Amino acid sequence: MFESLLVANRGEIAARVIRTAQRLGIKAVAVHSDADADLPFVRAADEAVLLGAAAPAESYLAVDKVLEAARRTGAQAVHPGYGFLAENPGFARAVIDAGLVWVGPAPEAIAAMGDKINARALVARASVPVAAGTDAPVPDVDAAVAAAKEIGYPVMVKAAGGGGGIGMSVAGDEPELRAAYDTARTRAERFFGNPDIFLERFVPHARHVEVQILGLADGRVVALGERDCSVQRRHQKVAEETPSPGVSADLRARMLAAAVRAGEAVGYRNAGTVECLLDVDRGEFMFLEMNTRLQVEHPITELVTGVDLVEQQLRIAAGLPPSFDPDAVVPRGHAVELRVYAEDPKRFLPSPGAIVAWQEPIGEGVRVDAGYVAGTAVTPFYDPLLAKLCTWGPDRDAALDRARAAVSSFRVEGPKTNLPFFAELLDNEEFVSGDYDTGLVERMRGGRR
Amino acid sequence: MAEEVRAEMAANVWKVVVNQGDAVADGDTLVILESMKMEIPVVAESSGSVRELHVAEGDLVQEGDIIAVID
Repeated sequence: MFESLLVANRGEIAARVIRTAQRLGIKAVAVHSDADADLPFVRAADEAVLLGAAAPAESYLAVDKVLEAARRTGAQAVHPGYGFLAENPGFARAVIDAGLVWVGPAPEAIAAMGDKINARALVARASVPVAAGTDAPVPDVDAAVAAAKEIGYPVMVKAAGGGGGIGMSVAGDEPELRAAYDTARTRAERFFGNPDIFLERFVPHARHVEVQILGLADGRVVALGERDCSVQRRHQKVAEETPSPGVSADLRARMLAAAVRAGEAVGYRNAGTVECLLDVDRGEFMFLEMNTRLQVEHPITELVTGVDLVEQQLRIAAGLPPSFDPDAVVPRGHAVELRVYAEDPKRFLPSPGAIVAWQEPIGEGVRVDAGYVAGTAVTPFYDPLLAKLCTWGPDRDAALDRARAAVSSFRVEGPKTNLPFFAELLDNEEFVSGDYDTGLVERMRGGRR
Repeated sequence: MAEEVRAEMAANVWKVVVNQGDAVADGDTLVILESMKMEIPVVAESSGSVRELHVAEGDLVQEGDIIAVID
């Protein structure tokens, strides 16, 4: 195992990776921007390097500065967290070329899955079901209209370079598609530097269910259960749970096997997530995309399996076998994650600001992965995630009960947070029944979002 | 009556869509803010002309800052 690790990220995920590294006796190096100098992840690290100004391009996305920080601190390995440079094959390549250990999949696997059109084709060849859609970038709006006639309205308009729900929209008819196409192209160019657009059949009554996979150092790919991520606002996840209340044992077996095939199709090493859409009415699942990195919501898998996924990432990167027997993993109980965001709980608009008071819930089965403490400030430069509040219970009811108690005792003063939304969610009949889909939050807010 | 359009949150001014003196209608986008990786259009809530424009692209605004005055 390497002896030092640079964590090329910020906030809660940097703190979380540092925690495991230090537990394993690995020296942890943090890198940070001006704006983040006082955050807990910087203080928790054994060494910290200032990258530059708050704007991501000057700090967390500046490949040269991150590599220079690694060189200067003598870090032997780099963990990218999620977001920022995590799915940038050029960064992975640069880390490897600098003689460092890259804690992630091969740059080729990142690139293959990073282009969503290519990823669809690739997994389809491995007999993984994909939604009806276009197999190549749609060159112009008229081609989009022609393709939509084949697929049938409504269609999803998506960016080939996209992911995480950004720049995605639904078009119910031709005028909507014409409007959505231009917006999607502009956004795709701006956010992902790739204007390619493709269309996919829109599934009206859908759950979003994903499978955690691990590509081991010996080449085997294993699946560690699924997570249900159907509680979404603006196509972005706000709460997740495992196991999924909408997945039967038979469906689970088929989804996990398909996810393993998707990983094998790119010779996947390290932690990855195969995201699928579950068509509730037809009982079918379809591949959406693969995230070639640690997932935000990985803690709930850790809570039901007892496996530290970051530890496995580090071991795999070092060429070591996992610390657990992959054939003997039996998920136990139920876990939920609530993404506590600095945003107002009604319209979900960002609410940066200074944190005056911060008190985390504690108790049996409660885990909080936080990026902030009292006295720090939430700035407008990065995503609004303050903390991930996770609870575990022997069954779903118990996990939800603990979540209710934890939400009511989580105290954050300063920025507005979505904690009041979670109190509402945990009392919502549809959510509590387990029979919900990705339209849940929109229905709770009584309109289109 | 003049309408003062203010920022609802701390944000970066990503795009300025109108110019001083432009005629705008209720609901027209004046500027697009960006905060926490989200674009937030700031719209006119009355019709008139843009009498004052207080921001430029790349500016940082704080909650409550005046963005424009519509008259």
